[in-house]
Amino acid sequence: MTEASLYLLQQIINGLTIGSTYALIAIGYTMVYGIIGMINFAHGEIYMIGSYVSFIVITGLLAMGSFALPLVLFIALLVAMLIASTYGWTVERVAYRPLRGSNRLIALISAIGMSIFLQNYVALSQGSRDVALAPLISGSVLELGSLETFEVTLSWMQLLIWVVTLVTMTALTLFISRSRMGRACRACAEDLGMTNLLGIDTNRIISLTFVIGAALAAIAGLLLGLYYGVINPFIGFMAGLKAFTAAVLGGIGSIPGAMLGGLILGVTEALTAAYFPSEYKDVVAFGLLVTILLFRPTGILGKPEVEKV
Amino acid sequence: MRGSLYNAIFAAGITLVLACLMLGVRLGAEGTTLTVYGAGADRWEWILAGVGLVFLSQLFSTQLGRLSSRIPRPDLGALKPQDATWKVIKPWLLAALVVGLLVWPFMVSRGAVDLATLTLIYIMLGLGLNIVVGLAGLLDLGYVAFYAVGAYTYALLSEYFGFSFWACLPIAALLAAAFGFILGFPVLRLRGDYLAIVTLGFGEMIRILLNNWTSITGGPNGISGIEKPTLFGLEFSRRASEGTQTFHEFFGIDYSSGQKVIFLYLIAVLLVIVVIYLINRLMRMPIGRAWEALREDEIACRSLGLNRTVIKLSAFTLGASTAGFAGCFFAARQGFISPESFIFIESAIILAIVVLGGMGSQIGVILAAIVMTVLPELAREFSDYRMLMFGLLMVVMMRWRPEGLVPMKRPHLELK
Repeated sequence: MTEASLYLLQQIINGLTIGSTYALIAIGYTMVYGIIGMINFAHGEIYMIGSYVSFIVITGLLAMGSFALPLVLFIALLVAMLIASTYGWTVERVAYRPLRGSNRLIALISAIGMSIFLQNYVALSQGSRDVALAPLISGSVLELGSLETFEVTLSWMQLLIWVVTLVTMTALTLFISRSRMGRACRACAEDLGMTNLLGIDTNRIISLTFVIGAALAAIAGLLLGLYYGVINPFIGFMAGLKAFTAAVLGGIGSIPGAMLGGLILGVTEALTAAYFPSEYKDVVAFGLLVTILLFRPTGILGKPEVEKV
Repeated sequence: MRGSLYNAIFAAGITLVLACLMLGVRLGAEGTTLTVYGAGADRWEWILAGVGLVFLSQLFSTQLGRLSSRIPRPDLGALKPQDATWKVIKPWLLAALVVGLLVWPFMVSRGAVDLATLTLIYIMLGLGLNIVVGLAGLLDLGYVAFYAVGAYTYALLSEYFGFSFWACLPIAALLAAAFGFILGFPVLRLRGDYLAIVTLGFGEMIRILLNNWTSITGGPNGISGIEKPTLFGLEFSRRASEGTQTFHEFFGIDYSSGQKVIFLYLIAVLLVIVVIYLINRLMRMPIGRAWEALREDEIACRSLGLNRTVIKLSAFTLGASTAGFAGCFFAARQGFISPESFIFIESAIILAIVVLGGMGSQIGVILAAIVMTVLPELAREFSDYRMLMFGLLMVVMMRWRPEGLVPMKRPHLELK
């Protein structure tokens, strides 16, 4: 292969890695939007909290020693999912549920307030500076090309991200399509009022979507935290915005759409960063968002929404 | 009782889970390695106190609810005099207020005047965003972008072309309005919450562009040494630059640095009065009524033949031009601007001002702007907690008083 195509391949690998974590976060946005039609602005903050919790647990367990690395990561993942879900559940209970049924603007402002609150809460309790973790997983699975020209590498970390994302997505898809709760979720997205009339506790289902979204965001938090190695209390804002873009790109309300949107956004970003000054990769993400909203507001896999009086 | 006990235990448990890992331990760097510190005993006491509080408030939630409903609510409406007397008093009151605003700075310290000028900038921004969010019901999360456009318009025009402040003021407003128009035209067809995200993205894009377009905007270093405004060509400096005269030479008084501060303050007062007057007129015009009608019921408006794009666009553009105004003045006052002044938090603060004051209510927004700028100055030792409080305040306000401190009232007639 030529040097240019190797370079392109490497960028696509990097893009898919970042993109799959965007997809994990985007699912939280899309599920909540699909059911209650609100943008959960504080979702990026939940991702950030997931990152922090996993860093705390990993550092704590490694300091104790005598644990194998896979076990440490697994425990960190479980704890991060648990704590982040609790945050997600509480945010819904405290800031959104009392406002349900009122103006959309009011719920959105409350969500923005919650996001600012959580950001500063973590900044105050954990310090607002960067926290860096030494890389735990090193080495690469696959090397293509030669060192003289350009070498394509797929690292173990990237493979881990791919595998975890794939497993999570499969589990989620099975849960939504096969289980009783999943069926109730789909019913709620179809018609909330009717589902309630049919004897399903919709409040519980709504809480469940927040919990699932938060748990997935925590997984993304752990993976991206390990991948970049650096976190701070303000990473949630940008990540949330990107994930929201991914959700809109794929068609908000649609879970496969969020997965697809995340991957497309990740690859687009990696390619822009590779061929243009990398400062502009955020501009590209928003440019993409505006363009989709203009030409296809329903996204790639979304259904057109009918306006009812 | 049993239900609430179960509830209380559950809530207390959740609080403990929330607090234990985020508040109870802390990540810190020791050299290059990361370590975890347990929090001190005093922090755990706070956590346990919080858990106890949640437990008790959940346990006695019904009793507390009953108690709070018994507390009489202050009737602010009763403070206002009768309509007939109010009509007589109102012009005098307004005149007294304006005179007070003009005389006041000569009697207090320089710092106080400076703070008042900052407050006036926020009042201007709040009033501008109030048109967009409060009256037209469009959530704009990137409002600070137009503020940045105004500020950079003046800074760049004065640096490269030597334009004066007064010439730049209308240019900045027009340019910000043009940006609002370009952004709003395609986006306003979308539903409300998409608009919020797109404006948020736009705000970030403007900031990233300003940060990276180093050859023109100076990037993160910003632009410094922006010229101060002049009074009909009279400068407020110790020595006049070539071919001009300074204020103190012209009037034959001693130079003092306070003159410049007071002059800036007076410009701000003038601008705010102009903005208030214009918005007040606009609100009573058909276009102003259309904004509110569209906010209340879009489908009804459209079926009555109102052009929603034109109406929304006019609100969006006017709001943007007000921010451009404020930005131009901000650049002149600071003498230095950088992209750091135009981050998302700034948009959130302006939004908090509008929400706290009462969406649509001008008096409310003015009061809220004063509270939001003066309070942090008074409580400097709590400045770390400022943004935390802002966030909490937004949630609490939306839950218990979404109409704001001073809800908006339309002039209306009642049949008796």
